Amino acid sequence: MTALGKLLRTTAFKLALAYLAVFATLSMVVLTYVSWHANALIAGQLNATVNAEITGLAEQYRQGGIRKLVAVVDERSNRAGNGSIYLLTTFSGDTLAGNVSGLPGASLAEAGERELPYQRVGEDQTAPYPAVVRVFVLPGGYRLLVGRDTEERERLAGVIANAVQWSLALVVVLGLAGGVFVARRVLKRLDAMTETSRSIMAGDLSGRLAVTGSGDEFDRLAEAVNAMLERINELMAGLKEVSDNIAHDLKTPLTRLRNRAEAALRDARTDEDWQTSTEQIIAEADGMIRIFNALLLIARAESGGARGQLAEVDVADVVREVAELYEPLAEERGATLKVEAPVSIGVTGNRELIGQVVANLVENALNYATGEGTGNEVTVSAIAQPTAAVLTVADRGPGIPEADRARAMERFVRLAPSRSRPGSGLGLALASAVARLHGGELALSDNAPGLRAELTLPRSGAPVSGGFEPGRSYVRAQGGEPRPAPAPALPGT
Amino acid sequence: MTSAMKLLIVEDDREAAAYVVKAFSEAGHVADHAADGEQGYELASGANYDVLVVDRMLPKLDGLTLIGRLKAEGSKTPVLILSALGQVDDRVQGLRAGGDDYLTKPYAFAELLARVEALSRRGGASAAETVYRVGDLELDRLSHSVTRGGQDIPLQPREFRLLEYLMRNAGQVVTRTMLLENVWDYHFDPQTNVIDVHVSRLRSKIDKGFDRQLLHTVRGAGYMIRDGAR
Repeated sequence: MTALGKLLRTTAFKLALAYLAVFATLSMVVLTYVSWHANALIAGQLNATVNAEITGLAEQYRQGGIRKLVAVVDERSNRAGNGSIYLLTTFSGDTLAGNVSGLPGASLAEAGERELPYQRVGEDQTAPYPAVVRVFVLPGGYRLLVGRDTEERERLAGVIANAVQWSLALVVVLGLAGGVFVARRVLKRLDAMTETSRSIMAGDLSGRLAVTGSGDEFDRLAEAVNAMLERINELMAGLKEVSDNIAHDLKTPLTRLRNRAEAALRDARTDEDWQTSTEQIIAEADGMIRIFNALLLIARAESGGARGQLAEVDVADVVREVAELYEPLAEERGATLKVEAPVSIGVTGNRELIGQVVANLVENALNYATGEGTGNEVTVSAIAQPTAAVLTVADRGPGIPEADRARAMERFVRLAPSRSRPGSGLGLALASAVARLHGGELALSDNAPGLRAELTLPRSGAPVSGGFEPGRSYVRAQGGEPRPAPAPALPGT
Repeated sequence: MTSAMKLLIVEDDREAAAYVVKAFSEAGHVADHAADGEQGYELASGANYDVLVVDRMLPKLDGLTLIGRLKAEGSKTPVLILSALGQVDDRVQGLRAGGDDYLTKPYAFAELLARVEALSRRGGASAAETVYRVGDLELDRLSHSVTRGGQDIPLQPREFRLLEYLMRNAGQVVTRTMLLENVWDYHFDPQTNVIDVHVSRLRSKIDKGFDRQLLHTVRGAGYMIRDGAR
């Protein structure tokens, strides 16, 4: 019963019922119209026939009086099967001629036109037939009845009534069957979708809606829902990864923070001790806040949430600004910061994020690739390619071994953990996330020697190949493949 | 040195609010506290405050709506928005809603104090002045020239902007992030002492060879330019 109940409640079934009602009404209207017109036509014909008979009989009567009329009526009455009926009586009702044997009582009393049942001569036992008749009163009290059997008309009405019944029955049966069929089909697929959705809601995120391949609207819906599930899955996976990493990597600074507080409580004797310990604790907390901020920023960039803030940015300008910001720091560290950004390059992007990424890369280079045994040289450049802007930060430091490059762009990976370098280990992960936000990519390669980080961003107006595809990895580590042409000699800064 | 300010802190976390109110009063200012948006709105429209410090997420009336209402009523009181949301677009949203500055939680109190003091000076005479003076240091905003004791000091354009910002806030602490925001227009948090290097370069140009140091480092907070004699 629930199955039937469900069927009755489906939209498809309700629609089928509505159509059924419309079609039934329409066929009723058409048949009624037809039968009404047929009736009118037949009635007209009957009248015409009767009138012709009367004209003929009147002529005979005028020529030969009652005798002639009797003879003619008699003769016509005997003409078999023409459907006309005649009766001529005296004023007292005795039949003079005609083919009518039985009439209702006072049918002949008055002149005029009427419909009445009659019986034919020799068919007394049968049921009376219907007829349209005209009665005339002739001089001398004679009554003349002329009429036409209307059985044909009745039969036609019967045929039409029959047709109405059958067509109605057919419409109802076919409509109901069609409605049930369509509703069941729709219901089946919807039920399958609901079932899959339920299991997905229950936690089975790997479930997908079935796609039949017919390309109909159900397939389109299923494909859209599947794509959505895919995206949710990825976000969930990313979220899980982030929370795992946060749990893992924030515990280290948290432990340090706690240790310092405990040590202060235990060992601090003088005000100066307290001061130093407190400052250390605050610095530790600040470091954790920085990690949180970087993580949030990465998450925001990866979720595409910052995409609403994209505007026209001249990345060459950004590169020059960042280089200018870090040039004194490089100099202080005894390194040269070269900048090459000769022409404006428009990118639809977020100036803050791109600036921060370039700054991070420069800071990385200054932190890891300056000092003894390095080239002490960092190059920042913005090069315009036909469809892309390539922002490069290259150093002459130890570089990153080919095998570690892809891993270097993951969150929290610091390839040399023992080294007491500043940084959260999130710089390259952020750079890669920002590249993806802009539909570009981050690539690490060998600068022979040193590290070369290339941020490729599609230029505004240029067709973005594929655009941002959630499933695709935009991180690419270049290995033995031919390196891009070496950067042209750059003017010193 | 800075005259006492009257502040309104609209913040639903009572403990955080109590700390901030106490810290402001230790810094010589008077701070009132409202625990929700509606109370904040009533207090802000009733009394004359120098600066409003408004948390973005508040019960009853959300921070941005509160600011929007006050600004729509013609309030000129500068507003600093405090928020746990620190992303670029959130900041843009906050400033668009009528905030004058935006600070992300958690923050150092020194940062909040410096920003609030900088805000309270807004709209003062200094913004319209064409020549800033601190001691014998003079900065002419029109001719882009800097002199100290009548002696010309050539500065790079960025150094000029750095000094200009410091002098506009003379006598007040300016933090490193305020400098990065106002001089370079970037809002990230550098992992290096990049700002310090710029400031020390500037210092070597304006203070080196002079008896009195004007550009001071404020420990744990930032920098301040002032005439040491005062």
